[in-house]
Amino acid sequence: MRAKATLAAAALALAPLAACTGGGAEAGADGTLTVFAAASLTEAFTEIGERFEAEHEGVQVEFNFAGSSDLAAQITEGAPADVFASADESNMDKVVEAGAATDPDTFALNRLVIAVPEGNPDGVAGIADLAGLDFAACAEEVPCGAAAQSALDGTGLAPVTYEADVKSTLQKLTLGEVDAALVYRTDAIAAEDEVDAVEFPESAGAVNAYPIAALEDAPNPDLAAEFAAYTLADDAQAVLEAAGFQRS
Amino acid sequence: MPAKRIRRRRVPAALLAPALIGLAFLILPLAGLLARAPWTELPARLAEPEMLAALRLSLFTATAATVLSLLFGVPIAWLLARGEFPGRSVLRALVTVPLVLPPVVGGVALLLVFGRSGIIGAWLYERFDLTIPFSTAAVVLAMTFVSMPFLVVSVEGALRGADIRFEEAAATLGAGRWTVFTRVTLPMVAPGVLAGAVLCWARALGEFGATITFAGNFPGRTQTMPLAVYLALQSDPEAAIVLSLILLAVSVIVLASLRERWTAAP
Repeated sequence: MRAKATLAAAALALAPLAACTGGGAEAGADGTLTVFAAASLTEAFTEIGERFEAEHEGVQVEFNFAGSSDLAAQITEGAPADVFASADESNMDKVVEAGAATDPDTFALNRLVIAVPEGNPDGVAGIADLAGLDFAACAEEVPCGAAAQSALDGTGLAPVTYEADVKSTLQKLTLGEVDAALVYRTDAIAAEDEVDAVEFPESAGAVNAYPIAALEDAPNPDLAAEFAAYTLADDAQAVLEAAGFQRS
Repeated sequence: MPAKRIRRRRVPAALLAPALIGLAFLILPLAGLLARAPWTELPARLAEPEMLAALRLSLFTATAATVLSLLFGVPIAWLLARGEFPGRSVLRALVTVPLVLPPVVGGVALLLVFGRSGIIGAWLYERFDLTIPFSTAAVVLAMTFVSMPFLVVSVEGALRGADIRFEEAAATLGAGRWTVFTRVTLPMVAPGVLAGAVLCWARALGEFGATITFAGNFPGRTQTMPLAVYLALQSDPEAAIVLSLILLAVSVIVLASLRERWTAAP
Protein backbone atom coordinates (compact mmCIF):
# COMPACT_ATOMS: atom_id res chain seq x y z
CA MET A 1 0.00 0.00 0.00
CA ARG A 2 2.58 2.45 1.10
CA ALA A 3 4.80 1.67 -1.85
CA LYS A 4 1.88 2.24 -4.20
CA ALA A 5 1.09 5.59 -2.62
CA THR A 6 4.73 6.62 -2.96
CA LEU A 7 4.77 5.68 -6.62
CA ALA A 8 1.62 7.64 -7.24
CA ALA A 9 3.16 10.62 -5.52
CA ALA A 10 6.23 10.23 -7.71
CA ALA A 11 4.13 10.09 -10.85
CA LEU A 12 2.19 13.18 -9.81
CA ALA A 13 5.36 15.07 -9.07
CA LEU A 14 6.90 14.14 -12.41
CA ALA A 15 3.80 14.92 -14.49
CA PRO A 16 4.44 18.68 -14.74
CA LEU A 17 8.04 17.93 -15.73
CA ALA A 18 6.80 15.77 -18.59
CA ALA A 19 4.50 18.54 -19.73
CA CYS A 20 7.35 20.94 -20.33
CA THR A 21 9.69 18.71 -22.31
CA GLY A 22 8.39 19.89 -25.68
CA GLY A 23 11.34 22.22 -26.25
CA GLY A 24 11.53 25.98 -26.43
CA ALA A 25 9.36 26.54 -29.46
CA GLU A 26 5.75 27.18 -28.49
CA ALA A 27 4.11 26.38 -31.78
CA GLY A 28 0.48 26.18 -32.75
CA ALA A 29 -0.55 29.70 -31.88
CA ASP A 30 -2.30 31.55 -34.72
CA GLY A 31 0.05 33.37 -36.99
CA THR A 32 3.23 32.05 -35.41
CA LEU A 33 5.61 30.27 -37.74
CA THR A 34 8.47 28.24 -36.27
CA VAL A 35 11.43 27.85 -38.62
CA PHE A 36 14.30 25.47 -37.81
CA ALA A 37 17.25 26.72 -39.83
CA ALA A 38 20.96 25.89 -40.12
CA ALA A 39 23.27 28.13 -38.09
CA SER A 40 24.94 29.44 -41.27
CA LEU A 41 21.58 30.99 -42.25
CA THR A 42 21.34 33.11 -39.09
CA GLU A 43 21.95 36.55 -40.63
CA ALA A 44 20.14 35.98 -43.93
CA PHE A 45 17.07 34.25 -42.48
CA THR A 46 16.64 36.80 -39.72
CA GLU A 47 16.26 39.45 -42.41
CA ILE A 48 14.09 37.25 -44.64
CA GLY A 49 11.87 36.59 -41.61
CA GLU A 50 11.44 40.31 -41.05
CA ARG A 51 10.49 40.87 -44.69
CA PHE A 52 8.06 37.94 -44.57
CA GLU A 53 6.44 39.39 -41.43
CA ALA A 54 6.14 42.78 -43.11
CA GLU A 55 4.29 41.19 -46.02
CA HIS A 56 2.03 39.07 -43.81
CA GLU A 57 -0.03 41.05 -41.32
CA GLY A 58 -0.15 39.43 -37.86
CA VAL A 59 2.36 36.74 -38.67
CA GLN A 60 5.31 36.20 -36.37
CA VAL A 61 8.31 34.17 -37.52
CA GLU A 62 10.33 32.46 -34.80
CA PHE A 63 13.69 30.91 -35.60
CA ASN A 64 15.63 28.08 -34.03
CA PHE A 65 19.15 28.33 -35.45
CA ALA A 66 21.46 25.37 -34.76
CA GLY A 67 23.60 22.78 -36.50
CA SER A 68 21.62 21.03 -39.23
CA SER A 69 22.12 17.59 -37.68
CA ASP A 70 20.88 18.78 -34.26
CA LEU A 71 17.83 20.27 -35.95
CA ALA A 72 17.17 17.10 -37.97
CA ALA A 73 17.33 15.06 -34.75
CA GLN A 74 14.97 17.48 -32.98
CA ILE A 75 12.48 17.27 -35.85
CA THR A 76 12.54 13.48 -36.12
CA GLU A 77 12.06 13.32 -32.32
CA GLY A 78 8.89 15.36 -32.71
CA ALA A 79 9.83 18.99 -32.06
CA PRO A 80 6.93 21.25 -33.16
CA ALA A 81 8.41 23.03 -36.19
CA ASP A 82 6.80 24.34 -39.38
CA VAL A 83 9.77 24.65 -41.71
CA PHE A 84 13.22 23.07 -41.89
CA ALA A 85 16.10 24.69 -43.77
CA SER A 86 19.21 22.50 -43.78
CA ALA A 87 22.82 23.33 -44.70
CA ASP A 88 23.19 20.07 -46.58
CA GLU A 89 21.17 17.42 -48.33
CA SER A 90 22.03 14.51 -46.05
CA ASN A 91 20.34 16.03 -43.00
CA MET A 92 17.27 16.91 -45.06
CA ASP A 93 17.29 13.33 -46.35
CA LYS A 94 17.16 12.07 -42.75
CA VAL A 95 14.04 14.16 -42.11
CA VAL A 96 12.43 13.01 -45.38
CA GLU A 97 13.25 9.36 -44.63
CA ALA A 98 11.63 9.73 -41.21
CA GLY A 99 8.46 10.87 -43.01
CA ALA A 100 8.57 14.37 -41.53
CA ALA A 101 8.89 16.18 -44.89
CA THR A 102 8.45 15.62 -48.62
CA ASP A 103 9.89 17.24 -51.75
CA PRO A 104 12.42 19.74 -50.41
CA ASP A 105 13.54 22.58 -52.70
CA THR A 106 17.12 23.79 -52.98
CA PHE A 107 17.08 27.53 -52.31
CA ALA A 108 20.78 28.39 -52.04
CA LEU A 109 24.33 27.18 -52.59
CA ASN A 110 27.30 27.86 -50.37
CA ARG A 111 30.94 27.25 -51.20
CA LEU A 112 34.08 27.09 -49.13
CA VAL A 113 36.71 29.80 -49.02
CA ILE A 114 40.01 30.06 -47.18
CA ALA A 115 39.54 32.70 -44.51
CA VAL A 116 42.76 34.47 -43.54
CA PRO A 117 43.51 37.39 -41.20
CA GLU A 118 42.80 40.79 -42.71
CA GLY A 119 45.50 41.77 -45.20
CA ASN A 120 46.40 38.11 -45.82
CA PRO A 121 49.81 38.24 -44.04
CA ASP A 122 50.87 34.79 -45.27
CA GLY A 123 49.93 35.55 -48.89
CA VAL A 124 47.55 32.62 -49.25
CA ALA A 125 46.29 32.37 -52.84
CA GLY A 126 45.16 28.76 -53.03
CA ILE A 127 44.81 25.54 -51.13
CA ALA A 128 48.47 24.55 -51.73
CA ASP A 129 49.59 27.63 -49.80
CA LEU A 130 48.19 26.10 -46.62
CA ALA A 131 51.26 23.85 -46.46
CA GLY A 132 53.31 24.88 -43.44
CA LEU A 133 50.47 26.91 -41.93
CA ASP A 134 48.28 26.04 -38.97
CA PHE A 135 44.72 25.99 -40.22
CA ALA A 136 41.33 24.93 -38.89
CA ALA A 137 38.54 23.07 -40.66
CA CYS A 138 35.22 21.50 -39.72
CA ALA A 139 34.99 17.84 -38.74
CA GLU A 140 33.86 15.50 -41.48
CA GLU A 141 30.68 14.67 -39.56
CA VAL A 142 29.23 18.17 -40.11
CA PRO A 143 28.30 19.66 -43.53
CA CYS A 144 31.15 22.18 -43.80
CA GLY A 145 33.62 19.41 -42.90
CA ALA A 146 32.43 17.12 -45.65
CA ALA A 147 33.03 19.96 -48.10
CA ALA A 148 36.45 20.75 -46.58
CA GLN A 149 37.51 17.12 -46.80
CA SER A 150 36.68 16.92 -50.48
CA ALA A 151 38.72 20.08 -51.06
CA LEU A 152 41.69 18.70 -49.08
CA ASP A 153 41.56 15.22 -50.58
CA GLY A 154 44.78 14.41 -52.39
CA THR A 155 46.63 17.48 -51.12
CA GLY A 156 48.17 15.68 -48.14
CA LEU A 157 47.25 18.65 -45.95
CA ALA A 158 45.55 18.29 -42.56
CA PRO A 159 44.19 20.96 -40.23
CA VAL A 160 45.40 21.27 -36.63
CA THR A 161 41.81 20.91 -35.45
CA TYR A 162 38.56 19.47 -36.77
CA GLU A 163 35.94 21.80 -35.30
CA ALA A 164 32.34 20.86 -34.52
CA ASP A 165 30.80 23.67 -36.55
CA VAL A 166 31.72 26.44 -38.97
CA LYS A 167 31.35 29.29 -36.47
CA SER A 168 33.87 27.80 -34.05
CA THR A 169 36.21 27.08 -36.97
CA LEU A 170 36.14 30.77 -37.87
CA GLN A 171 36.46 31.73 -34.20
CA LYS A 172 39.85 29.96 -34.03
CA LEU A 173 41.02 32.33 -36.75
CA THR A 174 39.54 35.51 -35.28
CA LEU A 175 41.13 34.65 -31.91
CA GLY A 176 44.48 34.35 -33.69
CA GLU A 177 45.05 30.69 -32.89
CA VAL A 178 45.39 29.59 -36.51
CA ASP A 179 46.72 31.21 -39.70
CA ALA A 180 43.77 30.21 -41.88
CA ALA A 181 40.39 28.49 -41.71
CA LEU A 182 38.27 26.65 -44.26
CA VAL A 183 34.82 28.18 -43.84
CA TYR A 184 31.78 29.02 -45.93
CA ARG A 185 31.90 32.11 -48.08
CA THR A 186 28.91 33.43 -46.12
CA ASP A 187 30.69 33.14 -42.77
CA ALA A 188 33.77 34.91 -44.12
CA ILE A 189 31.55 37.73 -45.44
CA ALA A 190 29.72 38.02 -42.11
CA ALA A 191 33.12 38.53 -40.43
CA GLU A 192 34.64 40.72 -43.18
CA ASP A 193 35.85 43.30 -40.65
CA GLU A 194 38.29 40.76 -39.31
CA VAL A 195 39.05 38.30 -42.09
CA ASP A 196 39.65 38.19 -45.82
CA ALA A 197 38.20 35.43 -47.99
CA VAL A 198 40.39 33.66 -50.54
CA GLU A 199 38.43 31.80 -53.19
CA PHE A 200 40.08 28.66 -54.52
CA PRO A 201 39.20 26.54 -57.57
CA GLU A 202 39.06 23.24 -55.64
CA SER A 203 36.02 24.54 -53.75
CA ALA A 204 33.94 24.28 -56.92
CA GLY A 205 33.68 20.58 -56.17
CA ALA A 206 32.84 21.33 -52.55
CA VAL A 207 29.59 23.22 -52.85
CA ASN A 208 26.81 22.67 -50.33
CA ALA A 209 23.20 22.79 -51.46
CA TYR A 210 20.71 24.17 -48.92
CA PRO A 211 17.29 22.49 -49.10
CA ILE A 212 14.12 23.80 -47.45
CA ALA A 213 10.81 22.03 -46.81
CA ALA A 214 7.53 22.62 -45.02
CA LEU A 215 7.14 19.88 -42.43
CA GLU A 216 4.38 17.25 -42.49
CA ASP A 217 3.32 17.88 -38.90
CA ALA A 218 3.59 21.66 -39.17
CA PRO A 219 1.26 23.32 -36.65
CA ASN A 220 0.74 26.02 -39.29
CA PRO A 221 0.90 24.16 -42.66
CA ASP A 222 -0.34 26.92 -45.01
CA LEU A 223 2.06 29.50 -43.67
CA ALA A 224 4.86 26.92 -43.70
CA ALA A 225 4.42 26.22 -47.42
CA GLU A 226 4.23 29.95 -48.09
CA PHE A 227 7.49 30.64 -46.23
CA ALA A 228 9.33 27.81 -48.01
CA ALA A 229 8.19 29.21 -51.38
CA TYR A 230 9.12 32.75 -50.30
CA THR A 231 12.79 31.80 -49.86
CA LEU A 232 12.91 30.98 -53.60
CA ALA A 233 11.39 34.32 -54.63
CA ASP A 234 13.56 37.21 -55.88
CA ASP A 235 13.16 39.26 -52.72
CA ALA A 236 14.58 36.57 -50.45
CA GLN A 237 17.17 35.49 -53.01
CA ALA A 238 18.57 39.03 -53.03
CA VAL A 239 19.07 38.83 -49.25
CA LEU A 240 20.78 35.45 -49.58
CA GLU A 241 23.07 36.73 -52.34
CA ALA A 242 24.06 39.73 -50.26
CA ALA A 243 25.02 37.32 -47.50
CA GLY A 244 27.30 35.45 -49.90
CA PHE A 245 25.11 32.56 -51.00
CA GLN A 246 24.76 31.61 -54.64
CA ARG A 247 21.52 30.98 -56.47
CA SER A 248 20.79 27.33 -56.91
CA MET B 1 12.94 -8.14 19.19
CA PRO B 2 13.87 -8.06 15.52
CA ALA B 3 10.55 -6.53 14.40
CA LYS B 4 11.19 -3.43 16.43
CA ARG B 5 14.65 -3.05 15.02
CA ILE B 6 13.36 -3.16 11.47
CA ARG B 7 10.81 -0.50 12.25
CA ARG B 8 13.42 1.75 13.72
CA ARG B 9 15.56 1.42 10.61
CA ARG B 10 12.79 2.32 8.24
CA VAL B 11 13.40 5.59 6.37
CA PRO B 12 10.78 8.26 7.14
CA ALA B 13 8.25 8.59 4.32
CA ALA B 14 8.95 12.31 4.15
CA LEU B 15 12.49 11.43 3.06
CA LEU B 16 11.72 8.32 1.05
CA ALA B 17 9.25 9.90 -1.40
CA PRO B 18 11.50 12.75 -2.58
CA ALA B 19 14.49 10.38 -2.58
CA LEU B 20 12.68 7.99 -4.92
CA ILE B 21 11.52 10.80 -7.20
CA GLY B 22 15.03 12.20 -7.28
CA LEU B 23 16.52 8.79 -8.04
CA ALA B 24 14.02 8.20 -10.83
CA PHE B 25 14.93 11.57 -12.29
CA LEU B 26 18.65 10.74 -12.20
CA ILE B 27 18.36 7.16 -13.40
CA LEU B 28 15.59 7.32 -16.04
CA PRO B 29 17.69 9.18 -18.65
CA LEU B 30 20.33 6.45 -18.29
CA ALA B 31 17.62 3.82 -18.73
CA GLY B 32 16.53 5.70 -21.86
CA LEU B 33 20.06 5.44 -23.25
CA LEU B 34 20.22 1.73 -22.42
CA ALA B 35 16.87 1.10 -24.09
CA ARG B 36 17.93 2.88 -27.30
CA ALA B 37 21.44 1.42 -27.44
CA PRO B 38 22.11 -0.73 -30.52
CA TRP B 39 23.89 -3.50 -28.62
CA THR B 40 24.83 -5.38 -31.77
CA GLU B 41 27.10 -2.48 -32.73
CA LEU B 42 29.05 -2.68 -29.49
CA PRO B 43 31.75 -5.24 -30.49
CA ALA B 44 32.52 -3.39 -33.74
CA ARG B 45 32.81 -0.06 -31.88
CA LEU B 46 35.04 -1.56 -29.19
CA ALA B 47 37.48 -2.72 -31.86
CA GLU B 48 37.77 0.71 -33.51
CA PRO B 49 41.28 2.13 -33.04
CA GLU B 50 39.94 5.71 -33.01
CA MET B 51 37.51 4.90 -30.20
CA LEU B 52 40.29 3.25 -28.18
CA ALA B 53 42.56 6.26 -28.77
CA ALA B 54 39.82 8.60 -27.53
CA LEU B 55 39.18 6.43 -24.47
CA ARG B 56 42.87 6.19 -23.64
CA LEU B 57 43.29 9.95 -24.04
CA SER B 58 40.24 10.61 -21.85
CA LEU B 59 41.50 8.39 -19.01
CA PHE B 60 45.01 9.84 -19.19
CA THR B 61 44.00 13.50 -19.34
CA ALA B 62 41.31 13.21 -16.64
CA THR B 63 43.82 11.54 -14.32
CA ALA B 64 46.48 14.16 -15.07
CA ALA B 65 43.93 16.91 -14.40
CA THR B 66 43.04 15.29 -11.07
CA VAL B 67 46.71 15.09 -10.05
CA LEU B 68 47.19 18.78 -10.93
CA SER B 69 44.00 19.65 -9.05
CA LEU B 70 45.27 17.79 -5.96
CA LEU B 71 48.68 19.51 -6.14
CA PHE B 72 47.21 22.99 -6.39
CA GLY B 73 43.65 22.55 -5.10
CA VAL B 74 44.41 21.14 -1.64
CA PRO B 75 46.66 24.12 -0.79
CA ILE B 76 43.94 26.49 -2.06
CA ALA B 77 41.39 24.72 0.16
CA TRP B 78 43.73 25.02 3.15
CA LEU B 79 44.21 28.73 2.44
CA LEU B 80 40.45 29.27 2.27
CA ALA B 81 39.66 27.22 5.37
CA ARG B 82 42.57 28.10 7.66
CA GLY B 83 44.11 31.23 6.27
CA GLU B 84 43.23 34.56 7.84
CA PHE B 85 43.47 37.41 5.41
CA PRO B 86 41.22 40.15 4.05
CA GLY B 87 39.18 39.32 0.97
CA ARG B 88 38.97 35.63 1.75
CA SER B 89 35.28 35.40 0.91
CA VAL B 90 35.86 37.20 -2.38
CA LEU B 91 38.63 34.73 -3.16
CA ARG B 92 36.33 31.82 -2.28
CA ALA B 93 33.71 33.17 -4.70
CA LEU B 94 36.34 33.59 -7.43
CA VAL B 95 37.49 29.99 -7.03
CA THR B 96 33.99 28.78 -7.87
CA VAL B 97 33.76 30.91 -11.03
CA PRO B 98 34.61 27.97 -13.32
CA LEU B 99 31.60 26.13 -11.85
CA VAL B 100 29.24 28.87 -13.00
CA LEU B 101 30.97 29.89 -16.22
CA PRO B 102 29.60 28.09 -19.28
CA PRO B 103 32.52 25.75 -20.18
CA VAL B 104 32.66 27.09 -23.76
CA VAL B 105 33.28 30.57 -22.34
CA GLY B 106 35.90 29.04 -20.05
CA GLY B 107 37.60 27.68 -23.17
CA VAL B 108 37.62 31.11 -24.80
CA ALA B 109 39.00 32.62 -21.57
CA LEU B 110 41.81 30.06 -21.57
CA LEU B 111 42.58 30.95 -25.20
CA LEU B 112 42.80 34.62 -24.23
CA VAL B 113 45.48 33.73 -21.66
CA PHE B 114 47.31 30.70 -23.09
CA GLY B 115 46.46 31.06 -26.78
CA ARG B 116 49.00 32.04 -29.41
CA SER B 117 48.10 35.69 -28.99
CA GLY B 118 47.09 35.38 -25.32
CA ILE B 119 48.66 37.17 -22.36
CA ILE B 120 51.00 34.31 -21.42
CA GLY B 121 50.66 32.34 -24.66
CA ALA B 122 52.08 35.10 -26.88
CA TRP B 123 55.23 35.21 -24.73
CA LEU B 124 55.59 31.42 -24.81
CA TYR B 125 55.13 31.49 -28.59
CA GLU B 126 57.70 34.20 -29.25
CA ARG B 127 60.23 33.05 -26.68
CA PHE B 128 60.07 29.27 -27.02
CA ASP B 129 57.98 28.75 -30.17
CA LEU B 130 55.53 26.92 -27.93
CA THR B 131 51.81 26.76 -28.69
CA ILE B 132 49.50 25.26 -26.09
CA PRO B 133 46.13 25.12 -27.92
CA PHE B 134 45.46 22.01 -30.02
CA SER B 135 47.78 19.92 -27.82
CA THR B 136 47.14 17.23 -25.20
CA ALA B 137 48.47 19.67 -22.59
CA ALA B 138 45.62 22.01 -23.54
CA VAL B 139 43.12 19.24 -22.84
CA VAL B 140 44.61 18.74 -19.36
CA LEU B 141 44.55 22.50 -18.69
CA ALA B 142 40.93 22.83 -19.80
CA MET B 143 39.90 19.90 -17.60
CA THR B 144 41.85 21.22 -14.62
CA PHE B 145 40.26 24.65 -14.97
CA VAL B 146 36.76 23.21 -14.97
CA SER B 147 37.17 20.44 -12.39
CA MET B 148 39.57 21.82 -9.75
CA PRO B 149 36.83 23.88 -8.02
CA PHE B 150 34.97 20.64 -7.21
CA LEU B 151 38.04 19.41 -5.32
CA VAL B 152 38.63 22.75 -3.60
CA VAL B 153 35.02 23.05 -2.40
CA SER B 154 34.98 19.47 -1.14
CA VAL B 155 38.35 19.67 0.67
CA GLU B 156 37.54 23.08 2.15
CA GLY B 157 34.31 21.66 3.57
CA ALA B 158 36.24 18.77 5.11
CA LEU B 159 38.83 21.13 6.59
CA ARG B 160 36.13 23.30 8.16
CA GLY B 161 34.48 20.22 9.61
CA ALA B 162 37.74 18.88 11.07
CA ASP B 163 38.45 19.60 14.73
CA ILE B 164 41.20 22.20 14.82
CA ARG B 165 42.15 21.19 18.40
CA PHE B 166 44.04 18.13 17.10
CA GLU B 167 46.23 20.43 15.05
CA GLU B 168 46.73 22.71 18.03
CA ALA B 169 47.62 19.75 20.26
CA ALA B 170 50.19 18.54 17.73
CA ALA B 171 51.65 22.04 17.55
CA THR B 172 51.97 22.33 21.34
CA LEU B 173 53.74 18.98 21.33
CA GLY B 174 56.39 20.52 19.12
CA ALA B 175 55.31 19.51 15.62
CA GLY B 176 56.20 22.01 12.89
CA ARG B 177 53.51 23.47 10.61
CA TRP B 178 54.36 21.17 7.70
CA THR B 179 54.39 18.12 10.00
CA VAL B 180 51.02 19.12 11.44
CA PHE B 181 49.63 19.45 7.93
CA THR B 182 50.93 16.12 6.59
CA ARG B 183 50.58 14.01 9.76
CA VAL B 184 47.44 15.43 11.38
CA THR B 185 45.38 17.61 9.02
CA LEU B 186 45.63 15.54 5.84
CA PRO B 187 44.78 12.18 7.45
CA MET B 188 41.78 13.81 9.17
CA VAL B 189 40.37 15.20 5.92
CA ALA B 190 41.39 12.21 3.75
CA PRO B 191 37.76 11.19 3.05
CA GLY B 192 36.97 14.71 1.87
CA VAL B 193 40.08 14.76 -0.33
CA LEU B 194 39.14 11.39 -1.85
CA ALA B 195 35.55 12.46 -2.46
CA GLY B 196 36.79 15.68 -4.03
CA ALA B 197 39.27 13.81 -6.21
CA VAL B 198 36.56 11.43 -7.43
CA LEU B 199 34.23 14.33 -8.22
CA CYS B 200 37.08 16.15 -9.95
CA TRP B 201 38.02 13.10 -12.03
CA ALA B 202 34.43 12.42 -13.03
CA ARG B 203 33.89 16.05 -14.06
CA ALA B 204 37.14 16.04 -16.03
CA LEU B 205 36.18 12.81 -17.79
CA GLY B 206 32.91 14.31 -19.00
CA GLU B 207 34.45 17.69 -19.91
CA PHE B 208 33.40 18.91 -23.34
CA GLY B 209 32.90 22.65 -23.85
CA ALA B 210 36.18 24.06 -22.57
CA THR B 211 38.12 21.21 -24.18
CA ILE B 212 36.73 21.60 -27.69
CA THR B 213 37.10 25.38 -27.53
CA PHE B 214 40.61 25.54 -26.06
CA ALA B 215 42.18 22.30 -27.32
CA GLY B 216 40.24 21.83 -30.54
CA ASN B 217 39.45 18.41 -31.90
CA PHE B 218 42.19 16.24 -33.36
CA PRO B 219 41.94 12.44 -33.19
CA GLY B 220 44.59 10.91 -30.94
CA ARG B 221 45.83 14.27 -29.67
CA THR B 222 42.87 16.23 -28.28
CA GLN B 223 39.81 14.18 -29.20
CA THR B 224 38.55 12.85 -25.87
CA MET B 225 35.51 10.59 -25.55
CA PRO B 226 32.96 13.39 -25.03
CA LEU B 227 34.23 15.08 -28.22
CA ALA B 228 34.04 11.79 -30.13
CA VAL B 229 30.51 11.29 -28.78
CA TYR B 230 29.42 14.78 -29.82
CA LEU B 231 30.75 14.39 -33.35
CA ALA B 232 29.26 10.91 -33.70
CA LEU B 233 25.95 12.48 -32.65
CA GLN B 234 26.12 14.69 -35.76
CA SER B 235 26.12 11.79 -38.19
CA ASP B 236 25.21 8.60 -36.33
CA PRO B 237 23.25 9.09 -33.06
CA GLU B 238 23.22 5.36 -32.30
CA ALA B 239 27.00 5.21 -32.43
CA ALA B 240 27.07 8.18 -30.06
CA ILE B 241 24.94 6.25 -27.56
CA VAL B 242 27.26 3.23 -27.74
CA LEU B 243 30.32 5.46 -27.25
CA SER B 244 28.84 7.22 -24.23
CA LEU B 245 27.85 3.90 -22.67
CA ILE B 246 31.44 2.68 -23.08
CA LEU B 247 32.67 5.83 -21.32
CA LEU B 248 30.10 5.35 -18.55
CA ALA B 249 30.97 1.68 -18.06
CA VAL B 250 34.71 2.38 -17.90
CA SER B 251 34.28 5.20 -15.38
CA VAL B 252 32.02 3.08 -13.17
CA ILE B 253 34.52 0.19 -13.26
CA VAL B 254 37.43 2.50 -12.39
CA LEU B 255 35.58 4.18 -9.51
CA ALA B 256 34.22 0.89 -8.12
CA SER B 257 37.62 -0.81 -8.18
CA LEU B 258 39.26 2.20 -6.53
CA ARG B 259 36.65 2.21 -3.80
CA GLU B 260 37.36 -1.46 -3.15
CA ARG B 261 41.03 -0.67 -2.77
CA TRP B 262 40.36 2.19 -0.37
CA THR B 263 38.04 0.22 1.86
CA ALA B 264 40.41 -2.78 1.77
CA ALA B 265 43.27 -0.58 2.95
CA PRO B 266 43.91 -0.77 6.69
